[in-house]
Amino acid sequence: MNDLINSVLIIGNGISGVTAARHIRKNSDIDITIISNETPYFFSRTALMYIYMGHMKFEATKPYEDSFWKKNRINVVFDQVTGIDEETNSVELANNNRISYKYLIIACGSKPNKFGWPGQELEGVSGMYHLQDLERLEALTPTINQGVIVGGGLIGIELAEMLQSRGVQVHYLVRESNFWNKVLPYEESKMVTQHILDHGVDLQLNTELNLIEPDSENRVKGVYTSKGEFIDCQYVGLTCGVSPNIDFLKESNSRIKTDKGIIVNRFLQTNIENIYSIGDCAQHLHPFDQRSRIESVWYTGRMMGETVARTITGTKTAYQPGHWFNSAKFFDIEYQTYGRVNANPSPNEIHLYWEHPKKNISIRLAYDRITHKILGVLNMGVRLRHEVFDQWLNERREILSVIEHFENSNFDPEFYANYTRMAKPTFYKHYEEIEKSELKRIL
Amino acid sequence: MKKTIQKASALVGLSGLILMSSSTVVEYQSLSAILVSSLALMFFGGVIFFWNQYSNTLAGIKNNGVFFNTLTNRGLLGLILGVLITFIYVLIYWYPKTLGYNSSGPSTGLISLFDPLSYLLNGKPASRWFVYGSLYTFAIVLFGIKFIYKYRNNRYQVIRTVSVMFFQFAFAYYIPEILSALNPDTPYFAKDLKNIWPLNYYFFDQWHLKNMLYGGGLGMFFLVFGLVLVFIISPILTYFYGKRWYCSWVCGCGGLAETAGDAFRQLSSKKLNVWKIERLMIHAVLVFIFITTIAVIWSFLGRNPDLYINRKGFFYIITFITLTTIGVIYFTKKNGFSKDLRATVVSLGVILISLIAIRAYSNETHILFIESAKLQKSYGFFIGAAFSGVLGVGFYPILGSRVWCRFGCPAAAILGIQQRLFSRFRITTNGGQCISCGNCSVYCEMGIDVRSYAQRGENIVRSSCVGCGICAAVCPRGVLKLENDKLKNRIPSFEFPLGNNPDITNTIN
Repeated sequence: MNDLINSVLIIGNGISGVTAARHIRKNSDIDITIISNETPYFFSRTALMYIYMGHMKFEATKPYEDSFWKKNRINVVFDQVTGIDEETNSVELANNNRISYKYLIIACGSKPNKFGWPGQELEGVSGMYHLQDLERLEALTPTINQGVIVGGGLIGIELAEMLQSRGVQVHYLVRESNFWNKVLPYEESKMVTQHILDHGVDLQLNTELNLIEPDSENRVKGVYTSKGEFIDCQYVGLTCGVSPNIDFLKESNSRIKTDKGIIVNRFLQTNIENIYSIGDCAQHLHPFDQRSRIESVWYTGRMMGETVARTITGTKTAYQPGHWFNSAKFFDIEYQTYGRVNANPSPNEIHLYWEHPKKNISIRLAYDRITHKILGVLNMGVRLRHEVFDQWLNERREILSVIEHFENSNFDPEFYANYTRMAKPTFYKHYEEIEKSELKRIL
Repeated sequence: MKKTIQKASALVGLSGLILMSSSTVVEYQSLSAILVSSLALMFFGGVIFFWNQYSNTLAGIKNNGVFFNTLTNRGLLGLILGVLITFIYVLIYWYPKTLGYNSSGPSTGLISLFDPLSYLLNGKPASRWFVYGSLYTFAIVLFGIKFIYKYRNNRYQVIRTVSVMFFQFAFAYYIPEILSALNPDTPYFAKDLKNIWPLNYYFFDQWHLKNMLYGGGLGMFFLVFGLVLVFIISPILTYFYGKRWYCSWVCGCGGLAETAGDAFRQLSSKKLNVWKIERLMIHAVLVFIFITTIAVIWSFLGRNPDLYINRKGFFYIITFITLTTIGVIYFTKKNGFSKDLRATVVSLGVILISLIAIRAYSNETHILFIESAKLQKSYGFFIGAAFSGVLGVGFYPILGSRVWCRFGCPAAAILGIQQRLFSRFRITTNGGQCISCGNCSVYCEMGIDVRSYAQRGENIVRSSCVGCGICAAVCPRGVLKLENDKLKNRIPSFEFPLGNNPDITNTIN
């Protein structure tokens, strides 16, 4: 048995773990080791789709050259962690080696959800999360004529775009009545739904997967939908969200407290003092206002990495994310949001909505009914400036002032029609109408 | 259907190319008919091919399959194309006779094929440079149309491409031909108004200066405009808009790279080591062009002592410019010298020392014991022809579309130094929205690792950036924007990107 003493050991080389490592190195000289069983070096998971579509090679998804890690004295171990021994402060690897640590950071990410569908383990059924999922799909692609995707979220629509780009006819099963309508308000959800159809995807709303039918060689032959239809296909993509990838903890009877994820306090610390958890696999004991306990988002993973690095290098720091923001791209439509705009507005949340008469462009502002302070923005097909909205949200700026200075938030390329200006008259009009009806309500 | 049109249009275009090439071996009687039909076949074949490629697709980013295509991923097709273009360049530069060039009589073959067009424009038979210019312009227009259709969702790209097409067609091609038709008796000098020194490396050559001086009002105009362009217009425009005003909006080399070269932009290397080579090369070329130019002006002034300026004055002007630039760099630098700046200062030092050496060790014909004419000739061969033509264009399918602009162009180097130090231009990173996907870096033709800045939430201010705007176009999260804004806080730095608020007051020790 090999006994290596290391100061910080990080399980997982995704954005969370790697950010933690980089920031620890910035502030200190302690030994850092990162273990991953997915790839030897950090790559950007968000670019998996671009490899498959031929936009880039795997090499290009690595944000740092391979020499970076040695130069920054970050040890990289390509292996599988099988268990954690909290008594001896060491982890056990698949090859029976052990690595000791002073601090342990678990940043092992997510795995695709599977909800026990009959046939979900067949060959040709896969999620789209790890590099290995992509490699499996790539190997299978020459045999795929038709593909079925299950789950109306961000990975699902990306997978639809991926398969389409390779000439696969996509059947897309979405449980909701419109695409991603738990997050996108009705109009935006409708816009994306139409856009998916425009791209030639066979989008089936209000439809779920019943079972996956095997052929004689235990490969996918087709699926039965909740509407009783049989769809002939050679590939099934399961994209119904992700959940913390912590089976190895549960299987090894670790003392680390888990629920759906690894439970952490405000300092991203688990129930064991020198063990931290960040990113997708962490479950916050005290969730922040309007934020979920488990946030499987690139940005929050990065922020947790930044935060835990401070704690480990001597400045004990609570995780304190700023205003919520997110972005995505639905085929050709870019989506951004800053602050909070709910698909189903809470009672005191008022929306002002503008959309372009012809193009897939819209902007939605949300503000508080009582205080008139800005709550957030949700924009499709137009780019808005993060810095400006962050500042307005910090200032809790009045909605009228936000509208007045709305052009300052424009981030579209030069020469674009100024949509932030175009939207203003509609915002003013809606605002006045709402004010009038509010007045009536009060009187 | 789509496949059929693709094959048919490719065949039409190719037949035009073959028809034109056949003029090197077949003697055609009706030159204009062959010329027009070969150009038309190539043009319409091409336009239909590109239209077919992007029709039936919604406007958006069109990079599907770029790395699966043997043409655009350094595959067999790419290799063949690279060899073919290189071969054509070698013929034009060094074996023009194979194309029908005849130094003592009327040309034949491919060169005479362009006679009808040449007569139409400038009243003279076609020269090999006329043929080259015509085909070059043809390529920019044809592939410009492709580019506009490909990026039709992006107005910056559309307007920028119309601009490079216009400047190539009007300024580099049409107007110079008309001007020489109108002034048939003036000696030759470059009549491309936008062809800035030192990209036009012979601007200060003895023969060129003389021809402009003796070229009547037109010659004087081009001499004065050339100087104003270098010393006044360019610094002002670069201050306000960055070097993109030239490199990706006006320049002919840039024009070809942005249009015909667009399919190969992803092949530029983003490795740190290549960046080191780039810094070395660009500064070496810069030093070389400065020293040769100083040398030729020095010997020109020696032979023409009755001009407004003599050697002494020239010596002081150059010394002043060099020292001022070093001074500006020294006083505007922040947090010590970056590697870029250090290389620039060293280059300026070398230029200054060479200037002093030239003053001390030169006579009428020899500059630093070398014949000044030879010095100039070697630059013309190595840089002007071999680098910008053969390597710069011939190697598009291997090294990417901006090899010349990145490693060799002295004008880009000068504009770049100003852009790095004293320009309102930057690429703004949109707070913390970067997801490190790497599209920006892959599609940067200049080999800038854009992501390395964007993922830290930092703005991008790099001397090599030509401002093509493709990084911003391909970004799936709306993170990048080309902007001109105040110099102050152009490159702010943070502990981490926007979005994380580790509240210090909430921090318990």
